[in-house]
Amino acid sequence: MKIGNGGESLKIFVLAKHAIDTESEIRLKDEKSIDEKGLIYDINDWDRYAIEEAIRLKEMHGGEVTVIGVGNNEDTLRKCLAMGADRAIKIPLETGMDPYKTALAIKDVISEENFDLIIAGLMSQDCNNALVGALLASMLNLPFATAVTSVKVEDGKLRVTRELEGGYQEEVILQLPCLITVQSGINEPRYVSIMGIKRAKSKEIKEVDVKVDKEMIELERMYLPPVKKAELITGSADEIAEKLIEIFKEKGVI
Amino acid sequence: MRVFAVAEIRMNELDPVSVELLNLANEIKADGSAEAIVLGKDVSEFANELSKYSDKVWKIENDSLENYNPEIYADVLIQLFQKEKPDVILFPNSSRGAELAPLISTRLDAPIVTDIVGLDFSNGVKAKRYIFQGKLMVDILVKDADTYVFTVRQGVFKEGKEIGGEIVDVKIEPTVSPARQFISIIEPEVGEVDIAQADIIVSVGRGIEDESNIELAEELAKALGGVVAGSRPVIDSGWLPKDRQVGISGKTVKPKLYLALGISGAFQHIMGMKDSELIIAVNKDPEAPIFGVAQYGIVGDIFEIVPALIEKLNQIKS
Ligand SMILES: Cc1cc2nc3c(=O)[nH]c(=O)nc-3n(C[C@H](O)[C@H](O)[C@H](O)COP(=O)(O)OP(=O)(O)OC[C@H]3O[C@@H](n4cnc5c(N)ncnc54)[C@H](O)[C@@H]3O)c2cc1C
Ligand SMILES: Nc1ncnc2c1ncn2[C@@H]1O[C@H](COP(=O)(O)O)[C@@H](O)[C@H]1O
Repeated sequence: MKIGNGGESLKIFVLAKHAIDTESEIRLKDEKSIDEKGLIYDINDWDRYAIEEAIRLKEMHGGEVTVIGVGNNEDTLRKCLAMGADRAIKIPLETGMDPYKTALAIKDVISEENFDLIIAGLMSQDCNNALVGALLASMLNLPFATAVTSVKVEDGKLRVTRELEGGYQEEVILQLPCLITVQSGINEPRYVSIMGIKRAKSKEIKEVDVKVDKEMIELERMYLPPVKKAELITGSADEIAEKLIEIFKEKGVI
Repeated sequence: MRVFAVAEIRMNELDPVSVELLNLANEIKADGSAEAIVLGKDVSEFANELSKYSDKVWKIENDSLENYNPEIYADVLIQLFQKEKPDVILFPNSSRGAELAPLISTRLDAPIVTDIVGLDFSNGVKAKRYIFQGKLMVDILVKDADTYVFTVRQGVFKEGKEIGGEIVDVKIEPTVSPARQFISIIEPEVGEVDIAQADIIVSVGRGIEDESNIELAEELAKALGGVVAGSRPVIDSGWLPKDRQVGISGKTVKPKLYLALGISGAFQHIMGMKDSELIIAVNKDPEAPIFGVAQYGIVGDIFEIVPALIEKLNQIKS
C-alpha cells in the first residue's frame, strides 16, 4: 500500500450521529426522558468536522467516503452525502445513551468492509461520552488517536497532531488502517450546496440490520443539576449597565 | 474492594487529579484497598507522593514508558491487572485517560463510564455524570461485572486524608510493538497578548454569533482597560487567535474581572476561569451553567447590554 504517494487511494468511513442540538430548550418529561417539544436535531458538531476532514482527504488523495449512522433518522446521513460523501449506511437501532452498544453495532457492520481509515467525532454533543471512537478502535484492534487537530498522509501512514491539556499538542504517526477522533476546529466545515443536495438525491442509503444484545449500562434517572445561582441583576439595559458600573467601582475594578 | 487509580504524570509533574482519584478510591474501597499505579521512566518521586494517599503504590519503571504510548501503556497495565484483579479501575478524564480507559475496558470486558462526578456502590453500581455539557445530570446504573472502569472529572474529589502506604516496585516489560509512534510534544503558540496576565477579561462565546461582532467586545474591553478572550467555538471559527482561548485546552486565567458574554459554561471552559476574583455572566438562557460559577448574572441579550454598558463607561470617562 502506497497511499499518499500518488499510488492507491483512501477508503474512509465516517461515524456521524444525529444528535440533539445544544441550542435546544431541554426540559424533562419524566425521570427517564426529555420533552421532544423544543428539541432541535442536527449532525453532531464534532462529526461535521469528521466528515469535512474525510472529504478533504478524498479530494487530495482520491478514494471513497462512506458515512455510518446508528439510529432511525436519515437527515444527518443525507447532509453528509450532500457535503460529498459517496455512500451512507444506516443502522436502524436505538442505542440510547449506551456508547458500548453503538460501538458494537458499528463494529458488526464495519468488520465486513475494507477500509484504510475510520474518522469519528471526539464526542457527541448530547451524551458527551467521548467513547464510541476509542471503543470501536479497541474492538477492531486498530491503532488510534483521539482529539486529533491535524492530519497528513505520509508514506502510507497517517501523521497527526492530537490535543493535550493547556494548549499543548502531541505529534504521532499511525499505521493504516487506523481510527482517529477529531477535535473541533481541525478544519472549516463546508456548507451544503444546492448542487450537493441535488447530487445527493441519487445516492443510496443502505440499511443494515444489526442485533446487539449486550448492555453495559442503564439510565436510572435524569435531573437538573443542583447549582448555586448567581445573584441576578435585572432591569432595562441602561439600569443594568448602571448597576454593573456600581459593582465595578465597589470591587475596585474601575 | 480493590480500587486502582492510574496516576497521571504530565510534563514531568504529578497532576493533582491523581490524588483526587485516590480520594475517591479511599471513599469507596470499604474494607478493601486504594492502590495507585504510576508508570514512566523515572517516577520514584511521584510514587513517594502518591504513597501518602494510598494503601499501596505500584511503581512501574521502564525506558519504553518515557513517552506516553497508549498501546504500550495499556499492555503494561493489562499485565498488572490480570495478576492483581482489581474491582475498580479509575483514570483521570484527561487526553490520556480518554484513550487508555476504553482500551482497558474492552480488553477486560469491563463496563466503562466516562467523566463521572459521583460513584456509589451501596445498592448496585451507580455513576453520576453530566450530559448536554452541564445542562442535565444523570445517574447511570452499571451492569454487574468483575471489573469496572471509570474516568473521573478533575476538581471534584478534592477532599481526602493521608493514610500512608507501601511502594511496590514491579518489573513489567511491554510485549507489543506498537502501530502508533510518538514523535514530539508541540508547545502552545505565543501571541502578543497574554490573557493569563490581564486584570480584566471580556470573554465571548458562541453567543457573539459572528466575527464582525468581536468589535463590540473589543470596544467594551477598551472602555474597561481589559483584553478580549473567548470560548472554544470562537477560536475554532478563527474569530480570535488560539492563545485567547480560555479553558482546559486553552489558558487558565484569574483576572479581577471576568465578564462572560454568551458563554454557556461547559466544564471545559469553567476549569479555565472559575478562580477569577469576580465573574459576571450575560446569557439569554436562565438555565445556562455559567450562572453556577458567576457571582452576578444577567439573563438577557448581549447585543442590548453591551452597547449600553460601553456608552455608560465612556460617559464616565469624558
Ligand atoms: C476535550 C475538550 C476540550 C475542550 N476545551 C475547551 C476549552 O479549552 N475552552 C472552551 O471554552 N471550551 C472547550 N471545550 C468545548 C466545551 O465543551 C463547549 O463546547 C464550549 O465551551 C462551548 O462554548 P460556548 O459556551 O461559547 O458555546 P455554547 O455552549 O453554544 O453557548 C452559547 C451560549 O450563548 C448564549 N447566547 C446566545 N446568543 C446570546 C445572546 N444574544 N445574548 C446572550 N446570550 C446568548 C446561549 O444561551 C448559550 O448559553 C472542550 C471540549 C472538549 C471535549
Ligand atoms: N448513533 C451514532 N451513530 C453514528 N456515530 C455515532 C453515534 N453515536 C456516537 N457516534 C460517533 O462517536 C463519536 C463519539 O460519541 P460519544 O462516545 O457518544 O461521545 C461521535 O462524535 C460520532 O462520531
